[in-house]
Amino acid sequence: MEEKLPLFKNRKRFGIEKNIDIIFKNTALVLSSFVAIILLGIILVVFFQSFESFSRYGLKFLVTSEWNPVKDEYGAFTAIYGTLVTSFLSLLITIPLGVGTAIFITEDFVPKVFREIIGSFVELLAAIPSVVLGLWAIFVMEPFFRAFFVFLHNFFGWIPLFSTEPTGRNSLLAILILVVMLLPIVTAIARDSLNQVPKKLRNAAYGIGASRWKTIFSVILPAALSGIMAGVLLALGRAMGETMAVTMIIGNSNAFSWSLLSPGYTISSMLANQFGEADGSQVSSLFYAAFVLMILSLLVNIFAQWLVKKFSLKY
Amino acid sequence: MNSLYYQKRLSRNIGDKFFTSLSVICALIAILPLIFLVTYILIKGGSQITPELFTLEPNPPGDDLDAGGINPALIGTLIITTIASIIAIPVGVGGGIYLAEYSKGGAFSRFIRFGVNVLAGVPSIIAGVFIYALIVSTKILFGSMYSGLAGGMALSILMLPTVIKTTDEGLKLVPNELRYASLGVGASMYTTILKVTLPSAFRSIATGVVLGIARAAGETAPLIFTALFSYYYITGFGDLFYEMGSLAVLIYNFALEPYDAQNKLAWAASFILVLSILSVNIFSRILAAFTEKTKRV
Repeated sequence: MEEKLPLFKNRKRFGIEKNIDIIFKNTALVLSSFVAIILLGIILVVFFQSFESFSRYGLKFLVTSEWNPVKDEYGAFTAIYGTLVTSFLSLLITIPLGVGTAIFITEDFVPKVFREIIGSFVELLAAIPSVVLGLWAIFVMEPFFRAFFVFLHNFFGWIPLFSTEPTGRNSLLAILILVVMLLPIVTAIARDSLNQVPKKLRNAAYGIGASRWKTIFSVILPAALSGIMAGVLLALGRAMGETMAVTMIIGNSNAFSWSLLSPGYTISSMLANQFGEADGSQVSSLFYAAFVLMILSLLVNIFAQWLVKKFSLKY
Repeated sequence: MNSLYYQKRLSRNIGDKFFTSLSVICALIAILPLIFLVTYILIKGGSQITPELFTLEPNPPGDDLDAGGINPALIGTLIITTIASIIAIPVGVGGGIYLAEYSKGGAFSRFIRFGVNVLAGVPSIIAGVFIYALIVSTKILFGSMYSGLAGGMALSILMLPTVIKTTDEGLKLVPNELRYASLGVGASMYTTILKVTLPSAFRSIATGVVLGIARAAGETAPLIFTALFSYYYITGFGDLFYEMGSLAVLIYNFALEPYDAQNKLAWAASFILVLSILSVNIFSRILAAFTEKTKRV
């Protein structure tokens, strides 16, 4: 009655099943190489579109600041200078604030609940779109700081950085809104790298009698330095490429000025402003500027990745 | 004897006090403006919300009487983000599957992972410039120039790295025993991936993807010269090939208008955008925390 079932049954895979397997693998392979294709595509397209301008102006494009569609004269110095100055100065303000906040969150100054709330609040802020930050900067920050800028000009006007009469939107406001944008990024990454430092190190430092801040400065911060540096570089890349908030508040003027209180330009705000209406060789010049921006942010990003690989924690 | 007690005047204790207060001050300077920013957006924008906002077209700026609503921009944002997701999710998940399941850490996969990180760092406006050169200026899409479709493509470039990364990392967290077990009972590679590993990594992948979509919904720079802007209702499928409004571009355009009515519309749009992005973020965070707890048990 009882039928004896074979314990093992040799089942050959059908050809079609094998083929599906192979097709699936190759589809995934092709899809993953899309990343490389898009990346190369971006670099090549932007390069070839900028070729006309590149061959006409060469490297002179980088150091002259004439931008005159009527006379067909183009130079992006003001924008490149603006990009570098706004991103570096905003980072200079952000780093101490962000790292200080991260230390505050990772040490036990206040109960853990509060620290977690602050931490996740800061992370949420990174999600606010930059165009909303720009709107806020125009209607809240600019009126708020107006009196302060006048004061700055009156008392420190002899410094070239504050030498122009403040009139509405200017580079300093762009720097400040970049600080608001970058703070969540730097704080979050600094907090993560501080948290990754093993507890052993801290206990050892306390054990030989180091005070809390001696431990932080001599043990914890050095151990977390590579992570923090990488985060700072990522933030730098973000600051250089940031478009909307900066475009809305920087004033968009191609007239070069050393003063932070005068309207300025960055490469991305120049693109946002002019790309829609540009034609002829102006388009090519804008592509050239875009190419410069891309190279700058690529270099910063690659350097950040290299830094992470080279100096990642070895504990 | 005395040295066993805490001495206030000791230089190390004074230094410690000093730096502690410094870090508290840093935290306050960092956090207060941020709290102020969020409450301001929510209050100022929230007070502009009316039912007509969701149904009307925005009026062209000029008359300072009535700004109208943001219906086309709202629908436009939904459509453009959907297009971006339709492109980025299959490509990204497929690429992530290759990296996590098939690649053996060779030069190719290292190059792709590197490329993902680099692509994530490409400024968003460059994605717009790229799509402009590739699609808008060449009129390759059935002769249409600025279009919602082009905008969606530009956004998909920004979403792609996030999707690949979360898929790759989510799949790497799946224990190898599951794969061995599945392959051991005779399942083929693709059955293993589709029926075993992908489902068990589904929640972490979904969280990452949703966060990526939320981020893309607020991006403006790639849209300002690919999708441009439109004041008119989106009525049918054909509108995909024409200029399309979005909340982000509406905020940008109307913030720079000198008229109060348009500025108010920009605040209302910001409120909707920020509220939806923040709630998606909070929701997925709670979900992720919940998943982690259940997994650890």
